[in-house]
Amino acid sequence: MGLAWGAFSAASAAALAATGRFMFPNVLNEPPQQFKAGFPNEYGMGVDERWKEKFGVWLIRTPEDVDLKVSGFYALITVCTHLGCTPNFLSAENKFKCPCHGSGFRTSGINFEGPAPRPLERARIVLADDGQILVDRSRKFQRELAQWTDPEAFLKA
Amino acid sequence: MADTKTVAPKEGPLTRFWNWLTETQAWTSIFRHDRPNTDRNRVLVVLSNVFLHLHPVRLRKSGVRLRYTWCMGGLSFFLFLSLTLTGLLLMFYYRPTLEYAYSDIVGLREHVPLGIMREMHRWGAHAMVITVWLHMFRVFMTGSYKPPREFNWSVGVVMLVLTLLLSFTGYLLPWDQLAIWAITVGSNMARATPFLGYEGPGASLMTLGGVPLVHAGDDARFALLGGTFVGEGALLRFYVLHCVGLPLAIAVLMAVHFWRVRKDGGISGPL
Repeated sequence: MGLAWGAFSAASAAALAATGRFMFPNVLNEPPQQFKAGFPNEYGMGVDERWKEKFGVWLIRTPEDVDLKVSGFYALITVCTHLGCTPNFLSAENKFKCPCHGSGFRTSGINFEGPAPRPLERARIVLADDGQILVDRSRKFQRELAQWTDPEAFLKA
Repeated sequence: MADTKTVAPKEGPLTRFWNWLTETQAWTSIFRHDRPNTDRNRVLVVLSNVFLHLHPVRLRKSGVRLRYTWCMGGLSFFLFLSLTLTGLLLMFYYRPTLEYAYSDIVGLREHVPLGIMREMHRWGAHAMVITVWLHMFRVFMTGSYKPPREFNWSVGVVMLVLTLLLSFTGYLLPWDQLAIWAITVGSNMARATPFLGYEGPGASLMTLGGVPLVHAGDDARFALLGGTFVGEGALLRFYVLHCVGLPLAIAVLMAVHFWRVRKDGGISGPL
């Protein structure tokens, strides 16, 4: 009797565990965190929106970075630092504006209006071996933690 | 006169915990009967619990004899419950569209831990069809369909049809060649529905002023498929019927069926 109940309990527990594990698939149909964005000379000055839809970053070429004071590229992650919506880029006003609660960000990513408490986050940006720009969204740099001066937060060019 | 010795009942920490637990306000607000130490309280345990009260307080000996009941009705119900549970879990991954249906089925084998949830649903479905048939066979052979149980037999026949329809609608969902052509063949039968199928007997009589009322675009088969062939509309229709419509219908009939078993004098006994 004890053996029967033990086997029954063990089988039930195993089935429950397997069911719980079922909710965590081994394969995700999400875009990769890391992608090659082409060669630097394919970009003009200003905000480029070509990767926003697929990878969730704006690639920006600037003559002078807000912190480093040199020219080059940086990748802003398109997640509002207020509650996580995706802001729009308003080219006429040259700013990012979140449609949810009205947070506004300069093209540098620094917040200047609305409820957002901190600047947008930047993604890792480096040159790949073949000379293309490599953007890696899994590594993030936050200005309020003084991480924008990290060598991989900005691509000098 | 000999000395009498009284022995206090053993009170281990588990017993004391149990005694404390069953006297808390939370416990007594859920279970509104005293401890089952009398016949009356044991009856109340069953009657005051929504799950237990589905079972009779008392049943005749033949009701628990496996050689008499085969437990096929109980097994059918058990399989229905497990199919509901596995089906619910499958719905988290399956999308009933032409673009995703088949690849989601493959994903349920390749991308999900263990990869047998769909197989359990499939095997369970086959098993349920078998147990329902055997249940009806047993009921027939023991004469349990006779008055006053003839209404419950009829309810059972409808549930047999619903079980087969659940199998039929589930058959299409993998959206592979087998599924599509099987449903094409199966649904072609609806063409021959009397009066309502456009190739069926009497369909040619359904005209109004020379205009045919029943044609390929509005007959019984069209209503089933949501189109003139097995396509997107059919997949969505079969999905909704399989996951919501038919399970709801069969669940209501099961409630009637079980209630009726009790009202007609308990399961399977000779009357």
